[in-house]
Order: sequence, then structure tokens, then C-alpha cells
Amino acid sequence: MSPNGNLIRELVEKHGRSRTSLMPILQGVVERQNYIADYDLTDIAKELDLSAAQVYGTATFYSFLDTVPRGKYIIRVCKTITCDMHGKKTIVQTLENMLKIKVGETTQNKKFTLLETNCLGWCHKSPAMLINDEPYTELTPERIHDIIADFMNKS
Amino acid sequence: MAEKLKLQIDGIDVTVNNGTTILDAARKANIHIPTLCYHEDLCVAGNCRVCVVEVGGSKALVPACAMPASEGMQVRTNTGKVRLARKHIVELLLSEHNADCTKCYKNGNCELQYLASEMLTGDPLYIDLVPEHNYTIDRFNSAIIKDDSKCIRCQRCVRTCEELQSVSALDVAYKGNKMKISTFFENPLFEVVCTNCGQCVLRCPTGALIERNYIDQVWDAIYNPNKHVVVQTAPAVRIALGESLGMAPGKIVTGKMVAALKRLGFDAVLDTDFTADLTIIEEGHELLNRLKRVLVDKDPTVALPMATSCSPGWIKFIEHTFPEYLPNLSSCKSPQQMFGALAKTYYAQKKGIDPKTIVSVSIMPCTAKKFEADRPEMRSSGYKDVDFVLTTRELGIMIRQAGLDFESLPNEHFDSIMGESTGAAVIFGSTGGVMEAALRTAYEVVTGRPVPFEKLNILPVRGTEGEVREASIKIEKTLPAWSFLEGVELKCVVANGLAHAKRVMQSVKDGTANYHFIEIMACPGGCLGGGGQPIPTNPEVRSKRKAAIYEEDMGMPIRKSHENPEIAEIYKEFLGEPLGHKSHELLHTHYTPRKRY
Repeated sequence: MSPNGNLIRELVEKHGRSRTSLMPILQGVVERQNYIADYDLTDIAKELDLSAAQVYGTATFYSFLDTVPRGKYIIRVCKTITCDMHGKKTIVQTLENMLKIKVGETTQNKKFTLLETNCLGWCHKSPAMLINDEPYTELTPERIHDIIADFMNKS
Repeated sequence: MAEKLKLQIDGIDVTVNNGTTILDAARKANIHIPTLCYHEDLCVAGNCRVCVVEVGGSKALVPACAMPASEGMQVRTNTGKVRLARKHIVELLLSEHNADCTKCYKNGNCELQYLASEMLTGDPLYIDLVPEHNYTIDRFNSAIIKDDSKCIRCQRCVRTCEELQSVSALDVAYKGNKMKISTFFENPLFEVVCTNCGQCVLRCPTGALIERNYIDQVWDAIYNPNKHVVVQTAPAVRIALGESLGMAPGKIVTGKMVAALKRLGFDAVLDTDFTADLTIIEEGHELLNRLKRVLVDKDPTVALPMATSCSPGWIKFIEHTFPEYLPNLSSCKSPQQMFGALAKTYYAQKKGIDPKTIVSVSIMPCTAKKFEADRPEMRSSGYKDVDFVLTTRELGIMIRQAGLDFESLPNEHFDSIMGESTGAAVIFGSTGGVMEAALRTAYEVVTGRPVPFEKLNILPVRGTEGEVREASIKIEKTLPAWSFLEGVELKCVVANGLAHAKRVMQSVKDGTANYHFIEIMACPGGCLGGGGQPIPTNPEVRSKRKAAIYEEDMGMPIRKSHENPEIAEIYKEFLGEPLGHKSHELLHTHYTPRKRY
């Protein structure tokens, strides 16, 4: 049995085996461990009698369904035009400096992943970013320092 | 009667059934609308937009393949707006397409290239994005090459793999400008559930999915004076090869094909049909033997129903999808592999040729045969039984390379030995053919009488596209040795296309079906619609090829495998008896369970 067999089975029991259950099951896995591993995708395909490529295709379509390991806290900085004009570049630089990683990377201790994302809908309070499901807006390098310092002290 | 409706296309009145698309209505009026993602065998996708037309009352252009015609509709297919839009669509596709046409295998047989030339695309209007994309090429497979730099994401392959084959080895991954056609985790094709059936290759409009060709290797062998090159030709090649050389579909070109192969320089032009007949003898006896062990010996270890094993796409499919049913497969090798094993043993002995110097080539309507020939199981002669497998398309290329005027070639005959065959072998090329050929022989073995069907045509088992065909044949007045089969109703089922194969196997698994004998062909229509056949292959072309196959069968002097004189000879001189020691060594095999996930 693969490492997450129980979680997948639990999710399948909850959501059912039809193809429409695929999304909630994928979301359920991401909720638990921040990303969907290849063995999770094949387990889900097996349970739903889909091909592995079909499940992979669905997962890769959605940018919030990651198929590569991510840190505990996923930071997604909005890269769209309003945030860009309000200093997104400095925000990203500050984050890169603090976390010692580039966009797309995960810290050694698997705590943070830094990503860019399309519009978050916070243009009126730009620049904006998400940390997991929580939005942070009207960012400045100083605010970034405070926010990240907080997270660094969290477990 | 479907409701009729009337519309006007380019000022011409057209009456069509309710539900007809604008594209089909236009075809009815002989107006050509270009298409790329559309294919007659597949559901409508409407994603390439190259079939756009103007419809009165609508500001936006509409895709003709997806839009149903309606009463009084005014369609214009040739306005400046339409032509400019189509041209821009093709130019946009080209901006992401590796248009290095002179180096492309599909050069001259590419739908995108054809549209570009028709539309005079000229200097690029859009920025060349090819260098921006990190396209990958998968050439790790022995049968199929997948080159993403040629892909226009029309998704014909994805629909083929899902709708026709229920394999879905390929699907759409990612989105927007990162969207690509991908296997699971972008693994190479040989690592995933791909059956190598080549139906995607048959439908790819560009060079993104092609067969791995072995043309140069075969030329090298022919030119090598120290090699004795034998070639075998599958049943479905002789009714389709003409298409790749400019002839109309449905032409029987057996004699011309033999003449061409001789002129190409093959040392012996032989026939897979010979080993198709041999397959029938071995497989027929295997079926009877299994029935005996179940009915008389009550042996619980014998697997029934027995399934045919000629189609290598089907073999790989069952290995992945129903590995627990591998014992149900006939242990007979496919005719190609039987031929290969005999070419380097029986043939070599009789001709006094060192098998080391024999190069065994086969011409197949199939891409999966390339994979089959590479299987480690297929070396029972002590050498690689079949060295190179060429598709019908590759042979077409070789004939053009050699400068032969195919249509004017005379009809010539296969060489001997292993060149003699029967009508029963020819019909292997169509769905239901193996079943019919097996019944023609098995029934006669058991009863001593020919099958009770007019002119030996067992119409109930002749498969039809898009359906699973069930039939039963009652065995009466058996010969004494087979009295245990008296009154037995032999239940058969014939399926073509892996989606239908899956249905059949599912019903066997559920216990809802009670078959004795299952014939499965991986490709729609059987081998005549195989993944190595000329492009285009569509329902109309397949029905013409099918008619040609049965015409060829009717025209053969011998139409039952067991009456093939060369078959009698090989048993007398070499094999001994069906299912004998030598047969088991050379003609039978077993397969490997593989993972579906």
C-alpha cells in the first residue's frame, strides 16, 4: 500500500467513486499535505477507475493542486498588472532575501515555498499575496519582514 | 424519419436531417471547409477553430464542425472575413509549431502543412514562440515517437485514446500557454499504459505522433550481399497499400505488392498469411483441447473462455488492464511471430541458409507489431525472430524511394516455401476474421463436414465497427473422437477497438457472459483499420478495405486453413503435430503481467 492509502480511501468513501468526485478528492489531499504525490494520483485513478494520465491532467490544470512537494506555508505573490505596478517586484525580492530561495523554490526545512500567482482579486489593496489560504494585502518590505518573522516562529 | 431542414450555404440550397452540423451539410453540397481537430471517428472538440464560417444574424464566426444547421440558416464559407480568420488561426498555430518541414517524417502528408500551403501563409505575422517552449521529444519507444514541438493540441490523440481505446495513456495536462498532451507525469510512452496500437498516429494531423521507422535499416540489409532478407506481408496490407501510392481505397493490390517487394530487392517475398493458416491450426486445436479438458477431464486449471492473441495492441492492453486473465489468452504467437520463428529455423533448414545471415522483415498494418517483435519472449529461433517491422505506410515510402510506378506493376506470386495461403488467412485482416477462419477449420475437424454456412461465409461472426458481436454455433453429428462436443453450443464473441474489448472482458469478469471463444482486435475494424495503415483512415475508407478483404477471400482457390498444402507439408516435415513439442517451442509463448498504474 502506498503511503497515503488510508487518506485516499477515506476521501473516496466520503465523496464517492464517480468522476465528479475527482476534484474534491484532489482538494482533500492538498488540504492534508499541500501537494499530491504521484502515488496519490495513481491511487485516486485506481479507486475511480480512471487512467493515471487523466488524473494527472486534471491536477496539473489547477495551479492550486500542486503535484510537486511544497513547503508547509505556500506563499503566492500576485504577479498581475496592478500588483506589479504597486511594487510586487520589491515584495518578491524581500521574500527571496528573507527565505534564501527563488520563486518556485522551497526552503531546505520544507517550511516555505515561494510562488507567483495570477490575479487574486485584491487589486484595490495591492500588492497582495496569499500564505496558504490567507490573503495579505497592501504589502511593503517592512510588512513582509513582520509577517514572515511571525511564520518563522510558528511550528 | 428524422426531421428535415433547409439551409443555404454560399447561396446553395441544402436539405439535411435535423441535427446535422454545418460541416456535414457543406460536405453534402460539395463545399469543402478545412478542418484540423475534427475527425469522423471522434466526438466533436471544436478547439482548433479552423472551420469557422459566417452565419447570417451572428456577429461572431462559428465553428462549422460543432454548430448544428438550423432552418433557414444562411452560411457563408468563403468571405474575406472567414478566409482571414482561418489564415490567422493557422499562422497562430504555426507560431508555436516546429515547422522544420523538410526534416519532418510527415512532410507531404501533413494536414497543417497542407492548410498552410493552401492559405499561402507566407512570412510569419506572429512572433515565433517555438524557442520559448521547452518542447520534449519522446523517442524511447520502439513503435511510436511523440514530438511535442510538432503538436498543435487538437487533441485527436486524446479523444482516440479515450473514446476508441479506453486507454487514456494520453491526456491534456496544464493549461494556457503551458498546455500540452501528456502521459502520466510526462513519463515516456514505454513506461505507461500505452498499447502502441498507433490509432493516435493514424489521426495526428501533424508529425507530433509518428511511427518509429526502420526504412534505412531495411535498405541496409537489402544492400548487404551477405544477408538473406526475407519479407512477410500481413493480410491487411494488400488491401490498403495502394492508398499510400495514390490509388483509391479498397483496391486489392496483392500481386503488385509482391512485384514491388521483389523489385526492392528482398531475397524472398513470403506471406504472413501462411502463418495465419498455421495459427488457425494451432489455435483451433488449442481451443478444442481446452474444451476437452474442461468438459471431459473436468480440469479446473483450464482457462475458458479462450481469447485470440494475434493483436499485439490487445495483448499489451490485457497485460495492463486484466492481467489476471492472461491464462485465457491463446498461447499461440501472432502470425508475424510464428513466421519469424519459422523463417530462421524451418525455412533456413529447407533452403540451406545459415539463420545467422537471415534478416527477417515484416510489413504490417500495425505499429504495435514493432513492439511485439522487440519482446524478449520473441527469440525462440535463437535469434531475434523478426528483425524489422515496417508499417504499410513505410512500405509505401520505400516503393516511392525506389522509383517504382506501382500501378503499372504486373501481378506476381509469392515465393515458396511459406508463401502459400488461403482465404481464411486473408480475413484475419478484418474484425471477426480470425473467429471465422478458426470456425471453418474447427467445425470440420470435429464433424468432418464444412461449416453449415453458404459458401463458408459465417456472416454472424463478421464483426461490425462500434459493436460487440455475439454468435453461437451448434455442433452436431460429431466424429466419434469429439463426441463430448455433441450438441454443444459454441459461444463466440467478436470485438474491435479496445473500448469494446474492455466491455467484453468486464462482462467475463462480472460473470454476466458465458463465452467459449473471444476474438479481439485492438483497432476499429480490425487490422484493416490498424495504426500502421495509410492516412486517412476513416469509416468510409475502412468499409472499402473490408469489402476488399472479403472479396479477396472469395477469390482464393482454397478458403480453409487446414487445406493449405504447405501447412500439411510443414507438419509432415518439421512440426509433427499441432500443439506438439516443436510447436510449443517455436509457435507458442506466454505473456507478462504489467501494471495499469
